[in-house]
Amino acid sequence: MPYIPHTDEDLMQMLNRFGPEYLENLRNLIPEELRSTRALEIPRGLSEQDLVKHVSALASENATVEEYASFLGAGAYNHYVPSLVRHLAGRSEFYTSYTPYQPEISQGTLQALFEYQTLICQLTGMDVSNASLYDGASATAEAVLMACRLRKKATKVMVSGTVHPEYIETIKTYLSASEIEVEVLGYSTRKGGETFLTKIEEAEDGSIACLVAQCPNFLGVIENLNTMHELVRSKGGLGITVVTEPLSMALIKPPSELGADIAVGEAASFGSPLGYGGPYLGFMATRDEFVRQMPGRIAGETKDADGKRSFCLTLATREQHIRRDRATSNICTNQGLSALQAAIHMAALGRDALKHLAGLNFSKAYYLKNRLTSASGIYMAFTPHFFNEFTIRFSRGVDVDAILDALMEDKIIGGFNLKRINPELNCHLLINVTELNSREDIDRLADKIIELTEKK
Amino acid sequence: MLDDRLLFEKSVVGRTGIRPPVPDVPLVKPSDLLPATLIREDIEGFPELSEIDLSRHYTALSSLNFGIDTGMYPLGSCTMKYNPKVNEDIASLKGFTAIHPYMPDSLVQGALKVICELEELLKEITGMDAVSVHPSAGAQGELCGMLMLASYFKDRGEDKRKKIIIPDTAHGTNPASSALAGFSVVPVKTDKSGILSAEAIREVMDEETAALMLTNPNTLGLFETNIKEIADIVHEKGGLIYCDGANLNAIMGLAKLGDMGVDIVQLNLHKTFSTPHGGGGPGSGPIGVTAELEPYLPVPRVIKNENGTLSLTTDRPNSIGRLRAFYGQFLVLVKAYSYIRRLGGEGLTKVSETAILNANYLKEGLRGTFDIPFDRACMHECVVTDKLQLEESGVSTMDIAKRLIDYGFHPPTIYFPLVVSGAMMIEPTETESLQSIDELVRVMKLVSKEAKEDPQTVKSAPHRAPRKRIDETAAARNPVLRWREEA
Repeated sequence: MPYIPHTDEDLMQMLNRFGPEYLENLRNLIPEELRSTRALEIPRGLSEQDLVKHVSALASENATVEEYASFLGAGAYNHYVPSLVRHLAGRSEFYTSYTPYQPEISQGTLQALFEYQTLICQLTGMDVSNASLYDGASATAEAVLMACRLRKKATKVMVSGTVHPEYIETIKTYLSASEIEVEVLGYSTRKGGETFLTKIEEAEDGSIACLVAQCPNFLGVIENLNTMHELVRSKGGLGITVVTEPLSMALIKPPSELGADIAVGEAASFGSPLGYGGPYLGFMATRDEFVRQMPGRIAGETKDADGKRSFCLTLATREQHIRRDRATSNICTNQGLSALQAAIHMAALGRDALKHLAGLNFSKAYYLKNRLTSASGIYMAFTPHFFNEFTIRFSRGVDVDAILDALMEDKIIGGFNLKRINPELNCHLLINVTELNSREDIDRLADKIIELTEKK
Repeated sequence: MLDDRLLFEKSVVGRTGIRPPVPDVPLVKPSDLLPATLIREDIEGFPELSEIDLSRHYTALSSLNFGIDTGMYPLGSCTMKYNPKVNEDIASLKGFTAIHPYMPDSLVQGALKVICELEELLKEITGMDAVSVHPSAGAQGELCGMLMLASYFKDRGEDKRKKIIIPDTAHGTNPASSALAGFSVVPVKTDKSGILSAEAIREVMDEETAALMLTNPNTLGLFETNIKEIADIVHEKGGLIYCDGANLNAIMGLAKLGDMGVDIVQLNLHKTFSTPHGGGGPGSGPIGVTAELEPYLPVPRVIKNENGTLSLTTDRPNSIGRLRAFYGQFLVLVKAYSYIRRLGGEGLTKVSETAILNANYLKEGLRGTFDIPFDRACMHECVVTDKLQLEESGVSTMDIAKRLIDYGFHPPTIYFPLVVSGAMMIEPTETESLQSIDELVRVMKLVSKEAKEDPQTVKSAPHRAPRKRIDETAAARNPVLRWREEA
């Protein structure tokens, strides 16, 4: 049998170890009335080569972003992952280990996590980071729960309507059992693409635990987060900045300088393939003063008995295995390997290339925006402050789905139809451009969209 | 001598790793297009290294790590079995890695098939009526199950059910997940034989209790033989049974949770289906439920259309919603699917039978040397203690664990379950051979002998690991959680 090394002789030798009575006990471990009376209805096992053939056939039923020129972002960004990442994170000493409970033989994982935490702190400008959460959406929900622990008297949390819609849904699920009310703030669908703040202005002091706002927001717009977070802080709440495209932080001021108390989000752009949405990498960083309310594993520095610098998991009294029902979170297994991949990717780029990469994304996105908006009938939907993703608006009556379908025929996936999240945005298309979109593909997309629009 | 400096300490100003390509569009200056207040100039302290620097850095780090490929890793309740290499290759196929979650369903039928077929396979293995692979890991699966419970009782007008009964042998995630879903925890004691008695449950079960949350086999490695009677008691009072499926590796093909009266179960694909553990994730925590609870499963769901194609739907009015973005840890699901198809039904049954045999063979080998608190035939793992060594020579479970490292073994899970003082919870899994189990037994006996003859050596272990014993207390007392440039 695959993966089971026992020979028939081994089995005989092992069974001979037990007396007849023990063998009887082994047979009766599961009460008779609960024992399965029929074999599992799962096909006979495949040989390794047949398995590869079978699963490869399934894989080939999917169209990839290499066959199609894809301009989809919306929380999952198509970036080039250097070979180094797969080769180094693919070392089995890393991926066949578990949570580093025994630090003396887990320094590889622990030092890598300590370095990952440092890279996240540098990128976000915050003081401390944890060692990862599942993904951007659940990390954001955890940040909201954290804010509620820090602001115990608050009765509601405010979430900007320009936060990724699936993140908003996740926050609502995580808070569905609590008394805290989740209020989603409206936003301007006409010009600014910015959050309406009246509800925060009108709120009573101390009633709001936090404001959750995204930068750049789901529509691609870089909102004035400093003002928003200052406002919520004046009401006694915390400012949570969500980032779904972490590469943006190499070009735009980090969350720490835009008023965030907690920076949280998705770091899959570094080191994780698109992978149909997972596994990705939730990150979270905050100020020193809040570290004891932060969820998840944290690696810390210490010494061994010889005084040598060493690392171990720390501040465990926050966690479920110690505090059980009073823990800061229930999280146990998180995204260790994804964090390692992210750290390798970030370090492989380094200080200079990371800025270059961000600049390249920015330039390509503006190139496409200029090509599109110079045509008639295609407009920039909102304030033109964006990073590598932006929303265009077509003239009233244009069917965005028809445009996307026509593009598909030319093997182009043109973007995300915003009607899916807001019926008011019914002639709006969200377009993402990364370093993997060549000028040729960008021109092809622009030409085709312009052609389709002019036909109307 | 390994260079164990941090990335940041190896950094050289001006050095670069992997540069992006030469721009094929005109470069634009952010300062020409964005307000100056928004533009970042530099990322202070960010490392500057070459490709070879990084290659050596992470290769050196990997050599400080112990994985299943290094040696036996009998970490109880974590199911550290061999991780098949072919699954890594399969999960790297472009047809799986290079697909965007918002691609139209028509372009990703292969991915939807993997999700749909994996859910079908897990239904068959667990005997549950419906499965969703949405949750990201075991603990998120637990939270998912608990939120479904809350919704279910709310819809039935039974909001007063606010208690969850949890045995004292439970994983810490169980009470933590319950609390997160708004429930209070009622602890219940396991009996003298290490399992739950029907009487104990009858005593605490009432009309304010939503569910009993148990693990079967439990964390002592024992099958909860009274489970059917217990389930009847809970169901009679209107409650439900939640099973933590962390130990599914013991019962595949032998018994089905659905037949035991279980209403909700979460699985751990990184454990039972070897996807692997990744140094602490990514895992995956599918949730299985009875037909009655199916409407509450998280969204999106994969559904079959009349023409045989598959699509995603969020049109589920009773759903608890979503617990993450997109559809789950997809590439992990690909590996679990491959693992199940490689073994087939017969192979999975063999997995559980062999896991049980290995654990019992190991336990019998330790008899006479170590105290066995619940001494009877076990399932896939066994628990022994340091009672004899502690009494005789003051050597504790911690010392024994650290000394095992010197002999090339990852220590078992220690000091858990909490009900056993000085517990060592040992799970060999089915992928360890007779010879490697014999070797573990030999080494554990040797360490016990050393405890008598030379306790100091055991108490100061490890001696042959990359580090001597690490001071975890100091790390918590004076937290240093990131590198900073020295002033």
